[in-house]
Amino acid sequence: MTSLRYRFAEQRGMLLALAIFIIMFTLYVSNHPAGFTPNVVQTAANKGVLLALVAMAQTFVVLTAGIDLSVGMIFILANCLASYVLAGTPVMVGLGVSGVLLTGLVCGAINGLLVIYGRLQPIVITIATGAVFFGIALWIRPYPGSADDFSSGLADALTGKVFGVFPASLLFLIVLVFVVWVPFRRSVMGRAVYAVGSSEPAAYMSGVPVMRAKFTAYVLSGLFAAMGGLFMTFFTYSGEASLANGNTYTLSSIAAVVLGGVSLFGGRGSAIGAIFGALAFRAIGDLLFVFDFDPLWQPLFQGVVLLLAVSLGSARLFQVRNRLDLFT
Amino acid sequence: MTTEKLDTNAAPRPNWASRIDLPVATAFGCIILLLLIGSLYSPNFLSPDYLLQQLKVGAFLGVIATGMMLVILLGQIDLSVPWAVTLGAMMASAATAYGPMGEMFAIPFGVLCGVLMGLINGIGVAYLRIPSMIITLAVNAVAQGLMVAYTGGFAPVDSASPAMRYLAAGTIAGIPNAVIVWAITGLLAVFLLGRSTFGRAIYGIGNKEAAAYLSGVPTQRVVMIAFAVCGGLAAFGGVLLAGYAGKAAQSMGDAYLLPAIAAVVLGGTSILGGRGSYIGTIAGVILITLLQSILSVMQIAEFGRQIIYGGVIIVMLLLYGREKSGR
Repeated sequence: MTSLRYRFAEQRGMLLALAIFIIMFTLYVSNHPAGFTPNVVQTAANKGVLLALVAMAQTFVVLTAGIDLSVGMIFILANCLASYVLAGTPVMVGLGVSGVLLTGLVCGAINGLLVIYGRLQPIVITIATGAVFFGIALWIRPYPGSADDFSSGLADALTGKVFGVFPASLLFLIVLVFVVWVPFRRSVMGRAVYAVGSSEPAAYMSGVPVMRAKFTAYVLSGLFAAMGGLFMTFFTYSGEASLANGNTYTLSSIAAVVLGGVSLFGGRGSAIGAIFGALAFRAIGDLLFVFDFDPLWQPLFQGVVLLLAVSLGSARLFQVRNRLDLFT
Repeated sequence: MTTEKLDTNAAPRPNWASRIDLPVATAFGCIILLLLIGSLYSPNFLSPDYLLQQLKVGAFLGVIATGMMLVILLGQIDLSVPWAVTLGAMMASAATAYGPMGEMFAIPFGVLCGVLMGLINGIGVAYLRIPSMIITLAVNAVAQGLMVAYTGGFAPVDSASPAMRYLAAGTIAGIPNAVIVWAITGLLAVFLLGRSTFGRAIYGIGNKEAAAYLSGVPTQRVVMIAFAVCGGLAAFGGVLLAGYAGKAAQSMGDAYLLPAIAAVVLGGTSILGGRGSYIGTIAGVILITLLQSILSVMQIAEFGRQIIYGGVIIVMLLLYGREKSGR
């Protein structure tokens, strides 16, 4: 019984995000003029997966009790780069995809090295590296656009539907969870990441490879952010170095992560929770479109729902047993 | 907040005095270096006119960074600055439209709106114990929603009141009023941080809130007030900006969040809280303003500016922003 309760407490955030997502999505679909059709689901999935990838990127770092404010910029950089390299023959496209993912890895590695060996606070340093990443994005793509011979084959395959019903992007996300997240969570490195997030000194004393765990987290974060950028290119067929977009994705990723029950203090939560957080966040945003509200009220509505959901999910007032507990 | 921080503060720091001075000295050294590099490019960089102009531009950031510093000293962060700035600017301009009475109260009204916004942040952080990064992010979204709904998504038609224009763009004896406003704000901040119980309490909470609480500091109230002051100062910065530009604009505050954090941190204030001096923040603000100005005067393309801007911050942080080795 206690173990059941423990497991429930562990998954509380994720379940809350799942519940919000189901409610919001049901509302959305039932009020959508087209109803619950594969096309509606596909569009919603594509938008959701985009944020889900960036939220997963954020999760890795947040689990180590850090924060990555450059995910949005890595996302933009990958998007701009991909709009050039996803062109020509399938081999070229394959090379291009690897190149984009590699870029993400390198960006994440830079963040990781600066945090670990520079001993700098992640929140500050990722602001600075984010500016650099955005500068590079702007350099390679000063104006929105795409390669002349942009190859849309892969893009269409990954943003379309499998067997005409199931959104391919969602399938990709599920595969990613089972190929990357689940093995990672069960690996020594995954445990180390959680341990470092819970208490770095304790992890260090227990012989956990603290530095390698942190480095892995940042590198994976860069990789997933780049994957998000790649998907952005799949959807839009083009790249755009937009500062506003980058900031929005960074902030949305934090909101999604918190909504999904990942603790900003590190060591608690899962990428699966973050995915539901991202999907729920997107569903909230889409809700107004189907309700015929004045679009002007959309930001306010979104803000209030975000405020309520996120505050309820993270207010520690309701979890303390002792007044001194408040301060720890 | 984390055990990691607990450790760095518990460690004996025999040379703490030099640790505080080093960042400030380095920051001022970098300012002189920047000016020298600039003067190689054009002698105008050392002219009093140019320097005063830079101080004037920096004054807006300076006022906003002052509030941000209070919050960072607590070990928290305020991500709602962008729309607190815009809120202040828009509300002050809106009040101006209501005849002479509105014109008179335009500035206090704008600042008051910012204080209210900061108060919500403060209550969330201090009493509901929501991590500051989350609550300020959400409040920022709500403020944005309110302003978009209010203005209809366009730049508001109301313009700044004469008093706002005078405060931001006028001069007294050749010194821009904005600089004087920043100087007064700064003096108040120095007094507050160094000479008042409130300031001592802020440093205490930033070091260890539980200890401050057990020593009889009303920590929750102090945190709440600090956030309210931060919101008010951000809105005041917005009021000044509106006065400078003549009117408020959508997302005019977006360009101030990261520079404000960067200025405070470059000035040697620890992002973990409890350590830092206002003189450092002044240095940080001037440094950021000069850097932006020199990069734009040199006509470096936007991408280059971003890369150099980020690169300089990284290098400076590596020079003196490093945490002590934890083990």
